[in-house]
Amino acid sequence: MNTFSIDIENVTVAYHGQVALHKASLQLKAGTICGLVGMNGAGKSTLFKAVMGFVKPVSGRVLINGLPIRLVQRNNLVAYVPQAEEVDWNFPVSVHDVVMMGRYGYMNFLRIPRSLDKQAVRDSLERVEMWEMRDRQIGELSGGQKKRTFFARALAQQANVLLLDEPFAGVDVKTEKMMINLLMELRDAGYTILISTHDLDSITTFCDQVVLINRTILAYGETSEVFTEENLSRTFGGSVIDLSRSKSQLQQG
Amino acid sequence: MELVNWFTTPLQYGFMVKAIWISALVGIVCSALSCFMILKGWALMGDAVSHAVLPGVVLAYVANIPFAIGAFVFGVGSVIAIGFIKSNTRIKEDTVIGLVFTGLFAFGVVLVSKVKSTVDLGHILFGNVLGIADSDIVQTVIISVITLVTLALLRKDLILFCFDATHARSIGLNTTFFYYVLLSLLSLTAVAGLQTVGIILVVAMMITPGAIAYLLSDRFDHMMLIAMASGMFSSVMGTYISYYIDGSTGGCIVVLQTLLFLAAMIFAPKHGMLVRSRQQVSDS
Repeated sequence: MNTFSIDIENVTVAYHGQVALHKASLQLKAGTICGLVGMNGAGKSTLFKAVMGFVKPVSGRVLINGLPIRLVQRNNLVAYVPQAEEVDWNFPVSVHDVVMMGRYGYMNFLRIPRSLDKQAVRDSLERVEMWEMRDRQIGELSGGQKKRTFFARALAQQANVLLLDEPFAGVDVKTEKMMINLLMELRDAGYTILISTHDLDSITTFCDQVVLINRTILAYGETSEVFTEENLSRTFGGSVIDLSRSKSQLQQG
Repeated sequence: MELVNWFTTPLQYGFMVKAIWISALVGIVCSALSCFMILKGWALMGDAVSHAVLPGVVLAYVANIPFAIGAFVFGVGSVIAIGFIKSNTRIKEDTVIGLVFTGLFAFGVVLVSKVKSTVDLGHILFGNVLGIADSDIVQTVIISVITLVTLALLRKDLILFCFDATHARSIGLNTTFFYYVLLSLLSLTAVAGLQTVGIILVVAMMITPGAIAYLLSDRFDHMMLIAMASGMFSSVMGTYISYYIDGSTGGCIVVLQTLLFLAAMIFAPKHGMLVRSRQQVSDS
């Protein structure tokens, strides 16, 4: 099984003549939790957009599970879990409604759910322990519950490439533990999980790989090899505050 | 008996019967769309498009083609113009919207003043449901059916488009398509709405019912029903009131809708101001 689940080959993306990502290359096999680390504006969201097929690279190509990017969306290959700030929490939809939206890619155009869809939604909600809350309007939830709802939507999509944007920002400890366990189960089942985060501690805790990005992909690979002080300096331009802690964790591991 | 008479007396006139039916229908259709308008944040866009269609409507009258076609061309065209100016200058979006629609509306006003017609084109500006012509009734019914059927069939995807366009794209939905569907329906319902309240006020029909329902419900389907009920109620009652006071029908309808909104704003059981201030007192 040689196909990479995410294969980004020398990709350059530009918006209105400004280069956001320059000759980025990255190959990830299935069954990994990979941290994506970089400053704001360094190209993390551009990378996500390239993987989701939202932007067309000026040069290079992106393959997901060996398939070209234009087939990604129609085949539900990639699921994205947004940051909390991007959601309209006053929108009149329930937890169940949101998770069902993850199934629209499988449903007929009238979006009438079949029992298969209802089961997928139920399974996803139960996995994140949100089934009891399924009829609540999303604004009534706590921060952790909100995260879990959108996580369930990604699960219901049954895509095995997951992109998570700051998943642990503002969540309670119980939710964080639950999500980490769930991510590790998914990894063991062959999912490819890419997590964009500023929480450097979490990288060393459960990310087996890490990608360092600063307008291009500076380095990627096993966390123990790539997550070095020197590489982090290049990623953050010398502005990492607490490198010593990360370094000591590396020395212990 | 007095109360029943109040409702039945005007119905002896054919023009009132037609007016009541048409205002009810228009009220329902505009309200259904208004839920999507306010959730998508298109109130300003609704204002712009409903005014920008004026020259299209007048030109269609001159060319003897249905108003809906002229409105559609100018409605969609104005948004394309807005997009173009925004991308090619440094002017901010709200300014561009204001520029484009006022320019087009002014052009329309000049056309209204210059076109010789048997029909008073001022009715386009202020509505004339009490004097509505049968051909206009046909057009309004067709627009209403198209709008309601489209919204019924595409409801789920439109809700997703309004709520999370990113997710919609990521599962392969063409968000540009839904953008133009909503925009087209907006242009068409502006034509329906101008019959009862006129171009100047039609934007109210596309915002206020949705706003009322938004305060009264946390579920989209309920929101649609409440909006349509309040739209129909204010349209029908507004028509009756205008008959009795011999005043502007469009004005009566919109004033009534606004009063309903004020009532909802203050008394809504979950999101109203009274409830909120009681919560603040008990929190402190």
